[in-house]
Amino acid sequence: MHLRVDELGCRRSGRLIFAGLSFDLGPGEALIVTGRNGAGKSTLLALLAGRIAAAGGRIVVEDVGEATLPESLHWIGHRDGLKAALTAGENLAFSRDILGAPALSPRDALSRVGLAHAHELPLAYLSAGQRRRVALARLLVAHRPLWLLDEPTSALDTASQEVLHTLMQEHLTQGGLIIAATHLPLLVTGAKELRIEAAIPAASPDVAGDDGWAA
Amino acid sequence: MMRAFLALLGRDLKLATRIGGSGMLGLVFFLMIVTLVPFALGPDLNLLSRIGPAILWIAAVLATLIGLDRLFQADEEDGSLDLMLSSPLPLELVVIAKVIAHWLTTGAPLALAVPLFGLLVALDFQGMLAMVATLLVGTPALTFIGAMGAALTASIRRGGLILSILVLPLMIPTLIFGVSAANAARGGTVPFATPFLILCALSLVTAIIGTVAASMALRNTE
Repeated sequence: MHLRVDELGCRRSGRLIFAGLSFDLGPGEALIVTGRNGAGKSTLLALLAGRIAAAGGRIVVEDVGEATLPESLHWIGHRDGLKAALTAGENLAFSRDILGAPALSPRDALSRVGLAHAHELPLAYLSAGQRRRVALARLLVAHRPLWLLDEPTSALDTASQEVLHTLMQEHLTQGGLIIAATHLPLLVTGAKELRIEAAIPAASPDVAGDDGWAA
Repeated sequence: MMRAFLALLGRDLKLATRIGGSGMLGLVFFLMIVTLVPFALGPDLNLLSRIGPAILWIAAVLATLIGLDRLFQADEEDGSLDLMLSSPLPLELVVIAKVIAHWLTTGAPLALAVPLFGLLVALDFQGMLAMVATLLVGTPALTFIGAMGAALTASIRRGGLILSILVLPLMIPTLIFGVSAANAARGGTVPFATPFLILCALSLVTAIIGTVAASMALRNTE
């Protein structure tokens, strides 16, 4: 899979979030997206996942066959898509069936992230970090070439961060692509970095208010 | 694709039966309305059996409405909807799977519970059979109409009020033909088949319109 993004811009509720983002990602490459809080890191991932429309620019995907971009990616965001009433195993079995292209069984995926014992436990019984690891185990139950990870290390302890690091390196060696929004730039070795700066300084609310008074 | 469809259907049914699920909500609400009416009207059996079908149908409409706001909102809130949108399963089939699951936990139990609740409003045997038949073919229309509203209000917190206002007017034709079919079965000038077939048609038409409209609304939620 090859992903090329040209001059991408995004506008939400009339406010310009970012503009002119360009990057190029081939098999085995990772991109770390950095920027201050509210810079639009999550927005960029949501845009790539097809959940919001771009205000300009284009996204080109190659070598994915007939699949569309949303069908060829995993998106692990702040909303993890896990149901508290279902067990970890049931949640992953559902993800595996709905996403297609099944890879590891839910039990194997859970033991990869060190949660083999949680297979029969309802998600509601798990801590925030354990819940995060169940969400990350979804990366393993279905095969998708592109991983979009939004703050993947949040709530994870150091041992789990190590596991995540290994999983990401494995995915890259198998020719996968990773785009991660994170404040930890050392998450993957040899990754490209994309820093989202404020689009236009004049877009801040108080300056816009000044303009309103002047007019 | 079939596997994804069944997985979604199975998951929704499982969620409805687990703790915090809405599986019995509609049925209990239905029971509450139908039990309260005879107490409010007094022991006039003729009156009760005359307005019985109308009471059961109104109760069915309200009971369908009560759990609808969570149909897509729950999935929107926790990110499951993102999972479904990135699935190879077309969004139309996602909507159909969720509607079937909702109907199996709300509409179908109501229809099957009518022989029990019908006693409370003094329905005779033929009236009960007619009620079961009209509710079985009519409640899918209510769920499909509701799915449109549920999809439109999926990203609005506390969207239940807007949902009710949006979909209740659209449910009125189903209510009218449901009640008139149930009444026609107990004698009258109109044969049972006439309003009953219109009720079937309403279910089929809303199945198409509801599915397409709900998936269009879901595609545009942010």
